[in-house]
Amino acid sequence: MASVESRLRVQTEDDITRIEFVDRNILDEGNIQQIGDEILQIIDSADRPKLLICFSNVEHLSSAALGTLITINKRIRDKGGQLRLTDIDPQIYEVFVITKLNKLFQIHATIDEGLASFES
Amino acid sequence: MPVLSDSQQLTNDPDRIHAIEEKLLTAAKQAGHDSSTAFALRLALDEALRNAFTHGATDPSSQPVDVSWTVESSRVTIVINDHGPGFDPDAIADPTADENIERPCGRGLLLMRAYMTSVSHNKSGNTVTMRYEPGGG
Repeated sequence: MASVESRLRVQTEDDITRIEFVDRNILDEGNIQQIGDEILQIIDSADRPKLLICFSNVEHLSSAALGTLITINKRIRDKGGQLRLTDIDPQIYEVFVITKLNKLFQIHATIDEGLASFES
Repeated sequence: MPVLSDSQQLTNDPDRIHAIEEKLLTAAKQAGHDSSTAFALRLALDEALRNAFTHGATDPSSQPVDVSWTVESSRVTIVINDHGPGFDPDAIADPTADENIERPCGRGLLLMRAYMTSVSHNKSGNTVTMRYEPGGG
């Protein structure tokens, strides 16, 4: 059986895992499911996961992708971890504002700002 | 500027869905619409199709979803008929309410209404008409 290619680029430094997306348009339900599964596996493999998700490559995302982010956020919270979102394009940030999810997530302009915001 | 239009029947095939989105965006660009319009159209069309296949044409053996669009320099109109049982769009819970904010679904209609100038449904709720007019709010 052919292995499924990852939809993520993952880097771990110190105890923080940085994730970037391979896809520019996070619209396809199959890809969203795979992205969610991959990130949940990363969360489940750590005690108190610290996760930074960088959206610099993302031009579009769907409400299904937002739903997956919510699930990820809940899983991290349940494990006593921390989640940061960074580099969100202004048009996509507007989607977070319209859905009021900008209040749910900790969103930072840059990776550096996101990294600095983690509590030790 | 001539009116550009297309009409297709779609199954829940990501490649075909992507193709129709690209065709709409190409027509919009030809008609002089800008990138913010393209963003709005892609988002609204994707959400409406997702709703059609998730809540309307849920059975793989059911009729394909009918999608048609018309692009003019002053407006874009998209009509989607999923031939399903329909729903009451006014009965959808507010996904921005505190008690719903962590629900993983239920934001599609909100986003369609936010990005389109108007979103209307037929009486049974299985056909949605979305209109976009630049500067129309």
